[in-house]
Order: sequence, then C-alpha cells, then structure tokens
Amino acid sequence: MGKPQKKKSLADKVRRTKTTTEIKNNPFEVKINRKKFEVLGRKTKHDVGLPGVSRSKAIQKRKDTLLKEYKQKDKSNKFIDRRFGEYDTKMAPEDKILKRFALERQRTNGKKDIYNLNEEEELTHYGQSLSEIEKFNDALDSDSDSEEKGLLSAELTASHFGGGGGLLRKKTAGEKGSEDGQKPKSRQELIEELIIKSKQEKRERQNQKEEAQELTEKLDQDWKSIQFILSKKPPKSEAKEDENKPKLEEYDMMVRELGFDMKAQPSEKMKTPEEVAREEKERLHKLEADRLRRMQGDVEESKSKKQVHWSADDLNDGFILDKEDKRALSYQDGKWNIEEELEKEKEGEEGDDDDDGDDDEEEEGESGQEEESQSDAESEDENDGSDEEEEDSHSDLDSEQDSEGEEEQTPKPSSSVSEEEQLAQQEAAKAELPYTFTAPESYSDLKSLIHGHTPEKQCLIVERIQKCNHPSLAVGNKLKLQKLFGFLLEYLGELATRSPPELGTINKLIPQLYGLCQLFPDAACKAMQTVLGDSAHEMEEAIEVKGRASFPGLDMLIYLKITALLFPTSDFRHPVVTPALMYISQALTKCPVTTLEEVTSGLILCCLALEYVTLSQRFVPELINFLLGILHLAVPVKQSLGYTVVPPFRPVGKNCDLLVIRSAEGAESWSRKTLPLSGVQGLSFLSEVERDHYRLSLLATCLDLVKRSVLLYKSLSSFDHIFQPIRILLTKHLPVESCSTHIKDLHQEVLVSVSGAPTLQPPLVFDKKKPIPLKLFTPKIVEVLDYGKKRGSSKQERERERLKHKYKKEFKGALREIRKDTKFLAREKLTEIMSRDLERKRKVKELFGSLATQEGEWKAMKRRKK
Amino acid sequence: MATSTSSNVNVDEPEGVANKSSKKDINNKVDLVINNRKHANYVFDILEYLQADKEKDVVCAVNACNKLFCALLKRGDLFVGQLPSEEDMLSAEHSAEQKYRMFMRHRYNSCTDLLLELMHHESFQVKEGALLTLMKFVTMEGKFPLLAVDWEEHYHFPRELLKAVVGQLLSEKEDMALLISRFQEFLEMEDVRYYVMSSVSDSVARVMEKAKGVALPVYQGNVFLLASSVCMPSKEAELSNFLVKQAAKQEDWKAAKFKEHRRAFERMWLCFLKYKLPSSMYKKVLVILHDSILPHMSKPTLMIDFLTAAYDVGGAISLLALNGLFVLIHQHNLDYPDFYKKLYGLLEPSVFHVKYRARFFHLANIFLSSSHLPVYLVAAFAKRLSRLALTAPPAALLMVLPFICNLIRRHPACRVLIHRPSAPDEPCDDPYLMEEDDPAHCHALESSLWELQTLQKHYHPDVAKAAMAINKPLTEEEDDISELLELSAYELFERGLKQKEKQAVPLEFEVATQLLGGSGGVLGAHFSLE
Repeated sequence: MGKPQKKKSLADKVRRTKTTTEIKNNPFEVKINRKKFEVLGRKTKHDVGLPGVSRSKAIQKRKDTLLKEYKQKDKSNKFIDRRFGEYDTKMAPEDKILKRFALERQRTNGKKDIYNLNEEEELTHYGQSLSEIEKFNDALDSDSDSEEKGLLSAELTASHFGGGGGLLRKKTAGEKGSEDGQKPKSRQELIEELIIKSKQEKRERQNQKEEAQELTEKLDQDWKSIQFILSKKPPKSEAKEDENKPKLEEYDMMVRELGFDMKAQPSEKMKTPEEVAREEKERLHKLEADRLRRMQGDVEESKSKKQVHWSADDLNDGFILDKEDKRALSYQDGKWNIEEELEKEKEGEEGDDDDDGDDDEEEEGESGQEEESQSDAESEDENDGSDEEEEDSHSDLDSEQDSEGEEEQTPKPSSSVSEEEQLAQQEAAKAELPYTFTAPESYSDLKSLIHGHTPEKQCLIVERIQKCNHPSLAVGNKLKLQKLFGFLLEYLGELATRSPPELGTINKLIPQLYGLCQLFPDAACKAMQTVLGDSAHEMEEAIEVKGRASFPGLDMLIYLKITALLFPTSDFRHPVVTPALMYISQALTKCPVTTLEEVTSGLILCCLALEYVTLSQRFVPELINFLLGILHLAVPVKQSLGYTVVPPFRPVGKNCDLLVIRSAEGAESWSRKTLPLSGVQGLSFLSEVERDHYRLSLLATCLDLVKRSVLLYKSLSSFDHIFQPIRILLTKHLPVESCSTHIKDLHQEVLVSVSGAPTLQPPLVFDKKKPIPLKLFTPKIVEVLDYGKKRGSSKQERERERLKHKYKKEFKGALREIRKDTKFLAREKLTEIMSRDLERKRKVKELFGSLATQEGEWKAMKRRKK
Repeated sequence: MATSTSSNVNVDEPEGVANKSSKKDINNKVDLVINNRKHANYVFDILEYLQADKEKDVVCAVNACNKLFCALLKRGDLFVGQLPSEEDMLSAEHSAEQKYRMFMRHRYNSCTDLLLELMHHESFQVKEGALLTLMKFVTMEGKFPLLAVDWEEHYHFPRELLKAVVGQLLSEKEDMALLISRFQEFLEMEDVRYYVMSSVSDSVARVMEKAKGVALPVYQGNVFLLASSVCMPSKEAELSNFLVKQAAKQEDWKAAKFKEHRRAFERMWLCFLKYKLPSSMYKKVLVILHDSILPHMSKPTLMIDFLTAAYDVGGAISLLALNGLFVLIHQHNLDYPDFYKKLYGLLEPSVFHVKYRARFFHLANIFLSSSHLPVYLVAAFAKRLSRLALTAPPAALLMVLPFICNLIRRHPACRVLIHRPSAPDEPCDDPYLMEEDDPAHCHALESSLWELQTLQKHYHPDVAKAAMAINKPLTEEEDDISELLELSAYELFERGLKQKEKQAVPLEFEVATQLLGGSGGVLGAHFSLE
C-alpha cells in the first residue's frame, strides 16, 4: 500500500503544480471513452475523462472532510474559527484578508481615548453600551411581563425613567428642585415609588384580562345553548365576532364544522312546460344531426379524422400500421342516456305534464299510473306494482322537500281525465285477461297466448308479457324478450298471409314491435335480416331456375314497411335497410308484371322505395324504370315509341296492355280512392267497368309516384335524361282525353314538372384539392426514462420502476463511496502509524544516542579518574 | 317357306299369362332358331313380338333379336352381297343353304326396319333398347361385313345402317334429347363419329331442302343436340378408339384421318348453319361457337358470313356473336369494317339486364383496351355507357363504373369528360346526342359525365362510393373488373347482410305508431289497410 501511495502523492504533487490546460493537453492524462455509435443531438458528459484529476479531487475532498472528522474523533471539544469568512469558500483569499483588515481597523477606530488601554472596546447589551448602563445599579425588572420582555420601549423608558441619560439629568435637576421645596426624596424612595406604580399597573391589566375571559366564557356557554337552534342557519358574522382570541383551534374547528354542515339547499327548479318542450326539441335536433351525419356516410368520417403524428420517415402513401379504434359516439347510447335523464326528470315532476312529448317513456309513465290505480283497486302483480310504487314514493319525497322553498305544484286536470279513461278501459279488460304472462318459448306458444283475442287485447297481452319479463327483473328475461321480437315478427307475417289479411291487427301491434326494437336493436336487426335473407334466397332460386321470379307476397311487403318504421332509412349504409333496398330493387327488375295484382304489389314496392329515399334523396334507377314500365302498360298503341322500356317490361307482348282502359264509360265514372293493400293477394271484379276503375286507380297512383319522384330528383344533374322516356311517353302516347279530370290534372301536373326548361350544368371538374400542408417534423415526444426500456403499463408502475432503478444506482454509488472512504481512512491510519513509528524510532535513537553519549562521558570520566 | 309361316304363328295367348310366358316363349324360340335351322320360321314370331302392345314384350323381343342376329352374324348365317328380292329368291336357283341365308338376311333387314321404327316408341326403355341393339348390329356388321367385297382394299363399315340410325335420331317431330345423350357414348368412337358427322350433313341438306327455308325448330334442335355432342379430338394422335378395326391399311382409311374429321365436322356445321335458325337456336349456337366449334374447324374463316349475319341481327344475338367475331379478328386476321360503330350500336339499356352481360363486358373491355383507338370513339363509349347506367341495376353499376374509369385512364385525352377546367361555372346543355349512331358525330368529347355525378346519389353505398371516384384525379393503375363482371344482385345482397357493424345498430327515433305512417307516408297516401 505504501508504494502506490507514494506514487499517487507524487502524481498529485505534479498535477497540482500544473495548470488544467496543461493537464488536458497531456495525452497521458486523458482517458477517452469510446462510443459505439453517435446519437445525433445527444450531449454526452463522459466522453473524455481525466482520471488523475478526478482522483486527486476526490482525495482532496476526503482530506477536507473525512480526514477532519477522523481527526476529531473521540474529541468533545471543537475548534471553531470565527474569523470573518473562514468557511466561505466562495470568497477569494485576498478579499478575505482585506475584509478582515478593514474590520480590525473599524474596531480600533471607535476608541475614545487612545490612552485608555482598558476601554479598548465598548461592550454592549441589547444595543446599549454597557458602560452607560452600569451606572444605574438597578437592572431591568426581572419579573416584568413576559410579553414585553427585555424591551426597553421608548414609552416605557420615558414614563419610568424619562429615558436613559435624560433621566439622570432630570433627576439631578429634580433633586435640585426638591432640595429647594420640601425634603427631597432619596433615590431609594424614588425607585420604590416607581416599583409600586408599575406593580399597580400590572395588576390592573391582569384584572382586565380576567374579566374579558370571564365574559367570553359566558358567551360561549350562551352560544352553546342556542347552537342547536341555529344549526341550520348560523349567523356567521356574529359567531366570528364572539369568538375572538381564545381557543383558536376550537373556534376554527367549529367554523369548519359549520361550513360542512348540511344546509337546506334549494332544490332544482321546476321545469316549465316550455322548458320540457325545448329540451325535447333539442334532443330531436341532436338525433337529426346524428342521422344526417350517418347519411353522409364514410366520406365525412374520413374528413373528421384528426391529424395524427407524422414520422419523418412517413412516405405519405397513406400506409398506416395502427388504426384509430376510437369509437364514435354511438347513436343508441346517446339516445338511451338522454332518455334516462328524461326519465329522471319525469320522476321529479310526475303528474305535472304527462301529455307533453310523445315519447314511449311517457307511455311507461302513464302505464305506471294505471298500475297504481289498479293496485288500489285490487291486489296486483307484485313485481310490477312495487316497482312503480317505489318510483312514486320517491317522487313524493322529492316534492315534499321541494315544497319548503318552492312554489306549490299544480296537477293538471288533463292527466287525471286520461287516467280515468285508462281506468275504465282497464276495468273492462280486467274482466277477462290475466295480468301476468310467461314469455313464450316458441312461436306456437305466442300464438296460443294471443289466439282468439281482439286486436286491442292482443296488444295488451304483448305489452304485459313485455312488462312481466322486463330485463331488469330476472336474468333470462332479456333473452326471452329478444325471442319475443322474432315471434312477433313471424306472427305479423302470418297475419299478412291470411286471407283476408288482418292488417288492422298488424297496425295495432306496430308500437309494441317498435318498443321491443328499441330495447334490443341487435336482436331486431338479426331477425329482420333473416327474414330478408330467406326471402331473397327464395327469389334468387326462382330466378336461377326460371329466369324470373314472382312478386313478393303481402307479408314481405309488410316486412319491408316495418323495416322502414324501425330503422332509419337515410343512413349511408345500414345493416338492414341497405339489404332491404337491394331486395326491392331486385324485385322491381326481375319480376315480370302479368296481372293487375302484380301491378299492385309493384306499385307498393315503388311506394316503399320512394319512402326509403325520401329523406336522403338518393337515386333509385329501378323505381323510374318500373314506373315507366307501368305507364307503358297503359299505352294503347305501341308503335314508334321513341323510348325504350327496361326489363322486366317488354315493348310488345301479351301482357303489355294490362292497364289500357277498355271502355269510355268506366273512364268517366271513375273517382279517386285509395287502393286496398289486400289487392296484392287477389282481385275480383264484378264487371269490366269495375276493372277499369281499378286500372285507373293504379294509373293515378303511378302518376302520383312519378310526380313525387320528379320533385325528389329535381336537383340531380341528369334529371332531364332520367325522365326523358317518361316525358315522351306522357306527351305523345298516354291517352288522357277520355279520363276524368283528376287523372287529367295529375297528368298535366307531372308533365309540367317534368318538362321544365332543360337544366344547364356546369362541366365537371375535380374537387379542389386541398393544398398539402408542408411537412412539419414535429418532434415525437417520448418520455425519457432514466432506466433502459419502458416497462410497466400504468403510470404508477412506471414510477415505481423508476424509483427502484434510482435506488439501485444510488445504493451502488454509496457502496462505492464507502469503500473508497474506508480505503482512504485505512491509508491515513497506516501513514499515521508509520509516522508514529518513525517518530518513536527517532526518539529511541535519540535516547540511545544520548545514553551512548552519557555512557561515553561517564567512561571518559572514569578513565580520567583513573 | 313363307307359306308355312301362318301356321306357326300362335301369338293369341291368354292375356294373364302373357307376361312371363311370352318372355319364356321368346327365349325358347331364339334358342330353337339358333340351334336348329328347322325352326327358322320362329323368327317371324319373334319379329311379331317387336310390334306387340306391351312394353315388356317389346323389350324382350328387342333383346332376343339382339341375341339372335348377333349369333347369326357371327356364324355367317346371313347372306353376303347383293340381296335378291324374295320373289326372285324363290324363283332363282339357289342351294338350300343359300336360300336359308337369304331368308335370314331378309328377316334381319326387316328386323332392323322394325327396330328403327321402335326408336320412336313412346317408352324410353324401348327406344334405348332399339338404339343399343342397332348399334350392336353396327358393330357386328363391321366385324362380319354383309357387303360383298369386290376388291381387297375396300374399307368396310356399315354406313347405311348408321345413316339410318342417325336419320331416326334426327326426327322432325319428336325431341330426341334423351336418346341423343344416350347415343353420345358411341360418338367417342372415331369411325362412328366420322360417319355420323357425314350422315348428319346429308340429312340436314336433304331435310332443309325439302322445307324450303322454313325453320323446323324440333328437327334443328335435334341436329344441334347431336352436332354439339360431337366431341372432337384436339390432336391426330388421339385417334385410336375405333368401333370397327380394318384389316388392312388402317391409316389410309378416311375415318382414321384427323384432317378428314375436321373437314366432316366443318361441313356438318356449315350445312346446319346455312339455313335459317330460330332465335333461341341462334343463341345456343353462338354460346358454344367460340370454344367448341371454331377451334375444330379447318377453315374458321368460313364462319364469317354466319357471324356477321348474327352480329347484324341485334340484341342479345349480336352480343353473343361478338365472341366468335373476337376469335376471328384476334386469331384469323379478320378485318371487320365499322366494327366499333356496330359495337357502339349494341349499347342499349337492355345490355345491363341480359344474361350475357358479363361476357359482353369482358369482350368490350378487350376491344376497348387498345391504346390506338381514336379519342372520340372512347369518349363516345364512355358517355353512352354512363348514360345507360342511369337505368342499370346496382350489380351492373358496380361493374360499369370502374369500366368507364378504366376507359378514361387508358386514354388520358378523355379526361375532359370528368375534368374540364377551361370553362368552369359556365352551365351548358349536354351536347351529347344519344340518338346518333355514329360515335364520330355524337359530340361525346364536348360533354361531361354528369350521369356519374348523379349516381353519386345512388341508394347503394358501394355504387355511390364507386361514382365518387371521378371527383378526384384518377389513380394510375386500372381497376380490376374481372371479379366484378360476374357479380350478381344476390351476391351483392348477401354482402350487405354479412357486413359486420362495429357499432350498435342505429334505430329510427321517430316513434312508429301505425303501419302506414312515417317517412313521408307515401304508402299511406295511396293504399289503405284493407
């Protein structure tokens, strides 16, 4: 250990002599840390190291600290250097010396008498020169108030002493004066007087204080007695005034408590009917906006996509690895949320305005009332009743609370009237129908449940099934009701296929179906899709075999109509509506028209197609083709047409004059009336005139549809070309002279709207391209972690990981330092021992030397004696 | 001998036992005839059975004839050479042996006549039996020829018999589809095929001459069935399957030569197509023309007349003729004047609705793929197609929209159709003339494809999206329309159903209260719940 120690010390010595630049330029001193690769923009601290320098620095630091401590070990005394700036490392030594010198000079400067060696320094106590204070033998009153301890305020000194030196002078003057008048008071007396005075004052002050305290205590007690009364409405300001200084914490606590205390809060304001209506309007607005967005389709979606981070390596080829899976605000959710809110509001104000808004929630609310009234009348189904009653009791509670501060509620008379009606209806129904129904497990179950009842009762039964099996009541209920939708749909189909079709019943069941659909959109969607898919498959098979198909039956027409009722028809793409439109289109192009029944179903399909696109104003070529074909059927002379009909219609053929009016008599006596939907299933006419009437009705319908579609497609750029064939047909070929005025008017109307001036179109140009923004290399901000890879997912985990890493690093560093310290200390100890040994050796040698000299001298003396 | 026949006929048996006993009877008699010449007269009984009323008897008799005459042919018990008439036979001097043979040969002839008649029997089983027996006879005759060979190198094949069979197959009154498909197995044989083909052409020539230009749908249907079931070999080396093996010089036989086969095939078809065909037949022929007729003809160019005639007919027939014409133009250097003009003329609204839509657009795509076409022509096609697209069903639209875009891509000068920046905001009437037949004069280049703009509002989302393509500059690479060609409406429908909706299904927010309400109430305005 000795050798390297020496070497090091030698190196240190050399280093100390040299300047830093010299060291840095010396290649033997520099250690370069080789990097594997350069990272652009990263600053490195440790690329060049000066190991010698840093080692000597470390040693120096240890010498300054550790070594000192070691030396001070086991020593209780401490030497503290009080010299100016002794431990101030920032100060330059020259400055220190200068400052010290200046201070020294200042001190000596203030001497009064250069010859007075004793009074070299003026000693002070609390800023007063001791030399001056010493002259009065009474020091400060030791038992004076702790509040004013040691403070010789000007006031005090003035009252008591007249202040310092002044007092002395006064005193002397007073003495002189008193000497003149009466017997002058001695100094002793004066002081005693003063003492008494001050004691008196003190006592007075104490008394005052005690009184105040008593008063506050009394007040406190008073307060406590009335605290309960005032618990709701604390006169805060008063309390504050009362409780001033004493018991600060207690007071604070109480204030806080009061702050947190329950106060009677004003409940939410009652909604006026206008407000409710406005909310309903807003809700509808929102839904409408949502619908429009879906109508625009994906085009808009892509536009609204927000800017994402662009890497510098991005080729701008649109290739993105990770997709944004952000779920857009779902329509359904929005709806339900809103409805729930509405429901809550309704709970709060039940009975106030039931007839506002035509939501199905309202229906529920009403039915709730019904149920309640029923439960009054007789024992009721438990599930049902308790549910509703609970709601009611809540609302009661609310209203009670409300009534404290708010205006009174005014129940409207209208609701009670409706209630009564409902009650009466219920009474009538009660006679026969049970109130609970198990959910049907199969279609035949449902049929047996509703079989033989009137449409109204069937409706009621379905409603009760729905209520008894509400999803919130039991686990399996959701599935049961989902099935119910399918069964109901099947039932409607069956009703439509009966002859005559029971369309009235279907009509009654529509609200039920709608309600179920709202509850289970997915199940409804699936059920509808299966119905459509099966029918389309059938049609496709017929087409493959025969090359044509027959028109879908009334049940399918009803299903298509129901689709339009349950699902939004204006969506750009919809899982049910789009296939349904495809189905209609397929039927309109592939089914040849050979009978009047088929004309009827074709026209129904046209109506449906038109309904589907009324909102979205989308173009359905098949619709125009079919209407043209139908009109073509009414053209008596099929020569030199000037237009071409599209399959399934043929320019000439055996069924091509299906709608030609046979007799003038029939044409004249016709009057417009709506067609029966059951006409699809079969028509029977008593006479040819009646047949002609039917033909004319079909023709009128067709013309009206043409009119509607003309209005719908007016804005399309190829409007002229789309309606060109129809225009030719109407102007040149269709005989309307003999028909009644209604047809003539309709014909004229359509003709006018179709043959307006040809619309002029600007030539097509591409969409204006948005200028591509300059690529900005926005830095990708990545959290810099002081440990390697990113581990852990959550923030806490990452923080934990970071701390763990830091701890480890610090631990290692500390260990290393400790090791170095011990090494240093050992070295120091060794040098100490060595130096001690050396000293001892030297001393021993010395002793030996002196002894030897002594011995020598003694021998010499002995020799000399001899 | 003929005198003794009447005594031996005892067919008037009681009806009850007829079935089993007649079968036994027939079989007994066949055995007797074969084994002993004494009982030769039983042949008459057997032939009598061929005309019986009962189906089963007839079938038995057919089988018996098959057995009997095959055995006789094998034994050489039938007279060979020019057969004298029966009267001559009696009067002339012949040995008993020869007389027997002549007698048997006469019976054989009458048997084949009867069998040929039976080919029109109402029962298919009988028909089939007769056909098979006749073909068996053809085989046996090929092996044991009945014609006297006057020189060594004569190729013997029972041409006459086969011709008679073919003549019966090509009936003028009856649809022989089933029998012809049964017959197809014999057409595998090279020699049978060859002789059938030549007999078909003879028959057609004869029958159609007689009809004098009037179409005979049934006959022509039969001819077409038979002709189209001829399956030609593609190479000479494949000619190895013969019904009749020739003793000498097999290679020199006409039926063994591939070239002769092709010639016969060609003659047959030309003969058939020379006469006026009903339109359904036209379509049938045109459908198979390009891949089962043209490749096997020695001179396909001979079809030009037929094809151009068909091309001029118009409608679906023209569309179908296009395929054959394409082969001729493509492989045989046919120069067709005004081809594109006619192609342009074919574009009618029905083009999107006919069954052969995929085939037509496939070919149109090929015809219009040339980059050397004049711009006005391509523009005219694009414009006309987009005008017609206004009446097309969605499945066709999904195909025709990329088709139009491809046209514009191939001919960048056509870009003005969708992008005319020179005169923006200057509304004008469409200068395109739909009625003009000549693409050169229809002013398509001065127009824009507003129809596609209209179709952007189409109800089907995919169509609307496809039409949106013209809003932006078209991409460089062409759309692949080969998959879209066959897209059917039902496939499109199913695609719509299978589309997985990630979000919840949107619902109508307007509360439905009645069946006929909602969305404008168009249905409610015209129809009532009755």
